[in-house]
Amino acid sequence: MSIKISETLIFECETGNYHTFCPISCVAWLYQKIEDSFFLVVGTKTCGYFLQNALGVMIFAEPRYAMAELEEGDISAQLNDYQELKRLCLQIKKDRNPSVIIWIGTCTTEIIKMDLEGMAPKLEIEIEIPIVVARANGLDYAFTQGEDTVLAAMVHRCPNQENLITNKQKIKENKSKKTLSSFIETGEKIDISIKNSVNKIPLVLFGSLPSMVASQLSLELKHQSINVSGWLPAQRYIDLPVLSNQVYVCGVNPFLSRTATTLMRRRKCKLIGAPFPIGPDGTRAWIEEICYVFGLQTQGLEQKEQKIWENLKNYLDLVRGKSVFFMGDNLLEISLARFLIRCGMIVYEIGIPYMDKRYQAAELTLLQATCKKMCIPMPRIVEKPDNYNQIQRMRELQPDLAITGMAHANPLEARGINTKWSVEFTFAQIHGFANAKDVLELITRPLRRNNNLENLGWTNLVKKG
Amino acid sequence: MKLAYWMYAGPAHIGTLRVASSFKNVHAIMHAPLGDDYFNVMRSMLERERDFTPVTASIVDRHVLARGSQEKVVDNISRKDKQERPNLIVLTPTCTSSILQEDLQNFVDRAATTSKSDVILADVNHYRINEFQAADRTLDQVVRYYLDKANRKGNLDISLTKKPSANIIGIFTLGFHNQHDCRELKRLLKDLGIEINQVIPEGGFVENLNKLPKAWFNLVPYRETGLMTAKYLEKEFGMSYISTTPMGIVDIANCIRQIQEKINIWAPILLNKKMNYESYIDEQTRFISQAAWFSRSIDCQNLTGKKAVVFGDTTHAASITKILACEMGIRVSCAGTYCKHDEEWFKEQVQNFCDEILVTDDHTKVGDMIARVEPSAIFGTQMERHIGKRLDIPCGVISSPVHIQNFTLGYRPFLGYEGTNQVADLVYNSFTLGMEDHLLEIFGGHDTKEVITKSLSTDTDLTWSSESQMELNKIPGFVRGKIKRNTEKFARQNSITIITTETMYAAKESLNA
Repeated sequence: MSIKISETLIFECETGNYHTFCPISCVAWLYQKIEDSFFLVVGTKTCGYFLQNALGVMIFAEPRYAMAELEEGDISAQLNDYQELKRLCLQIKKDRNPSVIIWIGTCTTEIIKMDLEGMAPKLEIEIEIPIVVARANGLDYAFTQGEDTVLAAMVHRCPNQENLITNKQKIKENKSKKTLSSFIETGEKIDISIKNSVNKIPLVLFGSLPSMVASQLSLELKHQSINVSGWLPAQRYIDLPVLSNQVYVCGVNPFLSRTATTLMRRRKCKLIGAPFPIGPDGTRAWIEEICYVFGLQTQGLEQKEQKIWENLKNYLDLVRGKSVFFMGDNLLEISLARFLIRCGMIVYEIGIPYMDKRYQAAELTLLQATCKKMCIPMPRIVEKPDNYNQIQRMRELQPDLAITGMAHANPLEARGINTKWSVEFTFAQIHGFANAKDVLELITRPLRRNNNLENLGWTNLVKKG
Repeated sequence: MKLAYWMYAGPAHIGTLRVASSFKNVHAIMHAPLGDDYFNVMRSMLERERDFTPVTASIVDRHVLARGSQEKVVDNISRKDKQERPNLIVLTPTCTSSILQEDLQNFVDRAATTSKSDVILADVNHYRINEFQAADRTLDQVVRYYLDKANRKGNLDISLTKKPSANIIGIFTLGFHNQHDCRELKRLLKDLGIEINQVIPEGGFVENLNKLPKAWFNLVPYRETGLMTAKYLEKEFGMSYISTTPMGIVDIANCIRQIQEKINIWAPILLNKKMNYESYIDEQTRFISQAAWFSRSIDCQNLTGKKAVVFGDTTHAASITKILACEMGIRVSCAGTYCKHDEEWFKEQVQNFCDEILVTDDHTKVGDMIARVEPSAIFGTQMERHIGKRLDIPCGVISSPVHIQNFTLGYRPFLGYEGTNQVADLVYNSFTLGMEDHLLEIFGGHDTKEVITKSLSTDTDLTWSSESQMELNKIPGFVRGKIKRNTEKFARQNSITIITTETMYAAKESLNA
């Protein structure tokens, strides 16, 4: 099998037999991001077992998520779904008193056609806590797309300008019944958000980022005199941003196409299609695109990017000319590949679970431009990859680095192929100028390890035959 | 519906996959949605497997939901058959696929006609049995399949081996210290002059299963998995089995005496002599294993009457309870297991060795019990270790579910005479650590707790704004000091006196900190 590398971007589609995380894993980072939320995953033991093992230590930290574990009686409809969910949600309300409960629908609720969307509004009135339904199941989605379904569902809950104040007051009253301190806290927050919302052109950014990274990106835009009027999601559910047809929205992650669509179609927001702020090149392009839409001249951006690249010199020396193979599992692949090509690496293949060419259009264009600029052949983009075929291709290409899931990492390492677990890119801070280093820190880790272990003579650790 | 945060035993298909992937050259195909192949990650990470886990998924997606799997499963089976040439392909249903109620048996029958591999459908009900029961059942199913096949073909070998021999049944992947236990059992049997006929499923070939009946007896070290197979072999071929777990000095002796009994059924005829292992037991107990001496030593005297709680799977919880109570004189306040399906056996085993018995798979009940009993040490799973952390009680891990640190590289059996040493160390270390902690608290610790110079920076010339101070506090503690120092260094270099959040980011960018 020989691999042709062409001048234009090639899109392929394979069998979809690949390894990735179940989209319900999004609760892992979302429950931490949205501080007053509670995630209830309505599924079976299989879902629970996955979460428990994938989240490792987090499970012991009294997380704000739980399984509503379906039993035989639920599957065969001997038990009343509504009553069962009501019982569990009341329990959650009693124990944790969250500002929102998010139901995560799973494969099982899809198959038995449990009407979560139908039940939620009724139950919401009954228990007086908002219930948001997201169908983050493995039948339809992969890994990070789970966040996409949750955020898309949250779009409907974002206040309009008019109902903002009344809504907040309602929540405030509810909360004040419970504790005095939360009352004071929400009171303060309202003042700030009202102040912020009287901004010339409102810009809402969507995508869940650690609060540090979010404020870094906001600050970058502030340097260009752009005030970010809100984030979806905000640190707390009660601080969801105001949306209207006046609002511009821009994504920070490549896997948020449903959220983008929902923002445009349901809330009539104006989407700014930009590359994603991953890597200094991506960050600059992202800011430039927003500035362009707002009719602003960027200031000092080029020098800033230049400076970041200079600071990365040591890492760039390590990666230059090395080849990468993305097996594909978290949809960050295009942006990461684009950044790595700009760093001087050669990308053989970009595996990706799902490719939204419209939502990622600007990113794809930048990828193409980057390839031309660096005089590197365009990589092939393989949607719904087949891991077995990919391993055959890798055997032939012998890339310097494979970016892959944990199921394949150790076996590939044993066969002398360096790997980096793709999951780490989802949890590490990779956005903005300041974090470009973190990406390269991850990428070069196996390469640096090799420099340390070189000449020991045991790269291949599997028995022949 | 049940509100659950944590489960002790996994779903059924995990049991099936553990058995299937333990055999050599057996491939499992899960009928599952995307993301359900998490088993591969566990095996690759926890067992640090060098080889690709022989498990793939025939993906159930939206199309399958609408139109059924149609040719997909059959195609996936034949494809795997051509790619890897396995001896056996096990089609594994998951909780999702079992509600779809597709006729998987039909797919298996169709695939079997064209593929060179044997193909079977794992017969497990997801909503009724857990990981352990499924593993037990799948092992039984595979063994039956190959013995039936051999019987039909007429190549079933039921002649006994010349020398005494045994099958070890139930060693498999992701089992708690199974690899080490297996090595220890082999050594024990070798010491007794008994050959190993086969170890299943770990490292076994399904093609050799027809020689299983050649062994003189079967040894089932773990209660959870292997008993079904052993009972089947007893019924079908009259093979007797031993299910006493050789953990702890007393039970090892029991197990060896039972072995002696089984051997001596045939030994007078086939070997012209009777075997007697008493001197071996005595020598090992008194001088080779250190555990018997340890329980006499004054160290162990200090443990007398101390309170402990035990929780785990039936095998380990029962054995450890007996070891603590009978061999070390420790008071077991509560012994418990999460294997509800084997409740009766467990109660019968431990009832005379502990104050109370707890059978539950709800970790909050276990936590409440521990908080109420306030033991000096806990012996449990990873969950109990974390409960212990919260309550400041030391914990020794004695059973699954476990983390990667329990897949040790070093030799750590729980079974056999070396196992007794390991268990003694584990028990003793848990208690002394607890004791030490306690003493430190009473006497105010080794050292003054306050370190006087926490950082190298002097705080006088720089001011942190309230936002940047808050931002700094968000940074995890273990790197906070470093970031603070670097930011201040940067501020001084640039003659900044008030540190804002912007200064922090600028510092990060410039220093690569």
